[in-house]
Amino acid sequence: MSSNFHPFVLPFTIGTLALFSVLILKYNKWIGKFDRQQKKLIRRNLFTGKLIPAVWEMINEGLFHKKVSRYNRRLGYMHRSIALGWFLLISVGFVETVFHFQGRGHAPWIGVFFRFFVRDNQTLSAWIFAQIMDLLLLYILSGVTMAVFKSIFSKTVGMRKTTRLKLFDTSLRYSLWSIFPLRLLSESATAALADNGGFLTQSLGNLMGERFAGVVELPLWTLYSIALGLFLCLLPFSRFSHIFTELMLIYFRKMGLREREKPTGFTRFELSACSRCGICIDNCPLDSELNITDIQPVYLIRDIRNRMPHRTATENCLMCNRCESDCPVGIQISEIRRQERDKKKLDTHDNYGYIEDVQSFNAIGRVIYFGGCMSHLTPGITESMKKIFDTVGQKYWMMDEERTICCGRPLLQQGFFNQAAELRRKNTQLIMESRSKTLVTSCPICYQSFRKEYNLPIKVVHHTEYIATMLRLGKLRLNRSELRLAYHDPCELGRGCGIYDEPREVLSALGQLLKLEQEYKNSLCCGYNLGNTVLELDQQLKVRDASLRNLTDAHPDFIATACPLCKKAFQHSTTQPIKDVAELVVENLR
Amino acid sequence: MADFGFSISKPQSIDTNDMDVGRLQALEAKVPSFKRCINCGACTATCSAGQFGSFNIRRIHNLYRWDQRKGLEKELQQCMLCGKCTLVCPRGVNLRYLIIRLRKALADNK
Repeated sequence: MSSNFHPFVLPFTIGTLALFSVLILKYNKWIGKFDRQQKKLIRRNLFTGKLIPAVWEMINEGLFHKKVSRYNRRLGYMHRSIALGWFLLISVGFVETVFHFQGRGHAPWIGVFFRFFVRDNQTLSAWIFAQIMDLLLLYILSGVTMAVFKSIFSKTVGMRKTTRLKLFDTSLRYSLWSIFPLRLLSESATAALADNGGFLTQSLGNLMGERFAGVVELPLWTLYSIALGLFLCLLPFSRFSHIFTELMLIYFRKMGLREREKPTGFTRFELSACSRCGICIDNCPLDSELNITDIQPVYLIRDIRNRMPHRTATENCLMCNRCESDCPVGIQISEIRRQERDKKKLDTHDNYGYIEDVQSFNAIGRVIYFGGCMSHLTPGITESMKKIFDTVGQKYWMMDEERTICCGRPLLQQGFFNQAAELRRKNTQLIMESRSKTLVTSCPICYQSFRKEYNLPIKVVHHTEYIATMLRLGKLRLNRSELRLAYHDPCELGRGCGIYDEPREVLSALGQLLKLEQEYKNSLCCGYNLGNTVLELDQQLKVRDASLRNLTDAHPDFIATACPLCKKAFQHSTTQPIKDVAELVVENLR
Repeated sequence: MADFGFSISKPQSIDTNDMDVGRLQALEAKVPSFKRCINCGACTATCSAGQFGSFNIRRIHNLYRWDQRKGLEKELQQCMLCGKCTLVCPRGVNLRYLIIRLRKALADNK
């Protein structure tokens, strides 16, 4: 068969053409929806060195699935074997074709159906290629086998749960799974007839026998082509669009693009980059503690993408960001959720006339201390901070001594964007007029807000950072004892702002810091996160208890935290005293 | 008149025959914990917005309970949603959610 064409290649060819035309159309549309700032970033960074680190990350993530592997090695192997294996299969197939035709023209589909079209090829190089291709196919098949297993027993690959898929996704998954066994069988059939197989296909072909192979060869190749064509055709409309979109997303991110307050074209890219791997389900406290199984990012993203109703999923979330820190694609899930929370007509203007008469204070040479609303419920923290300022001889202005203007983050998290901006404007005015150079805050919620949402030209530090600096400078000296301390990482401080080490540095100067099962970026939310309004108290308490168990399992003398809200959540629920880092410092001053 | 910081309330009568109980029931269905409210006023005592002036969350949800909705929508917009009220509530009423649902209900049923 010397011809370059057989009708069975049509499904594959049409599928490929459809895939790339749809992708180009979609991407074009989404890029058109980027806002002005995002477009500016792209224009500025498109042809700069950003491409090189982007390609490096594309290889690491798109092919090697490094982040998935770091999360779970078996899961990483499964994803890698299919992605990397398939990529290599295509690449080596391409090289094999070019090598065989030596520059003579050939049809583009030959590489995919090489064994069928190039049969009388008995050179040494052809034999080597055949072995490599078989090895790659075996590699992919091992991954597919794991995937099939995972769909039935998710625990075998180390996942507590796997994503519940809709019919469309399920059928597409079967078509993906069927591609590789079909390729194996069709190549084996051809190998039986033409003796051009590798160790795997040739042996399977020999088992088939020439007679049987002669009958099934063409139907098998046709089925293989149909499976490929179907998969490629539907890919852009399914979760498998992540294969291409993730690569685009990585490049956009390297160019500095991030989610904005309102959805943009970038959001479409993020939604389309979700592979529904289900890692976000694994550690969601609402799933593990409350058995709420329909609000996890994977389902929210699916419903936004398919334009299905998703009000409950949008609202019922602690915004603890545990999922975001685990997401192998790095999708800004909480930002997307917040965009969906947009309260639209409820988000009114000019609500806070009463804050206008609040006056600033000339604080040159002082630090501003902002306790935050929550610290007003835990006066121990603000008192301790005042004591610490006095001890190190730092003059301060407590901005919210009597009356607190909220930082605006609680409103922002609930989708009241205008109202939050109004509060930010007033606070910014007060801070700027004071002409202080440093803002110290005790509440991680305010801290995250001041750092990320305010764009203040002055230094913003959390009180644990401030204390750690004072310790380093020798201005604070502490009595170290043999106290056993367990530190709870608040969501907003740890995962939110990346402050993990400073509180630990301070606590290590006080006593023995215990190692916990879930800490740093894996810390468990105390359940009181202001990101959620929907949960009732008893539900919050269940989330809290799980978080508390993690702390008490280490049998500490004290539980330390750095957030007034977490302190409030844990208080009176265990025999161990709950103390803020600042309080522990003041109690152990030398 | 001298400002004493307080004043005598004008008499107010509520015609309970005219009351639409459905509104309260709809709210209670959304925020079941609201049924537990004993009107103690802890929410108002701690309120960040209340420190600045007349904003009084207890008054607002109490008036809504009696279907007295006039002016409530505008008044409720002053809430900063900081959540202190929810934390201090001795009855575990989910006030933050109550406020959002109230605002929605007030905006929808003009």
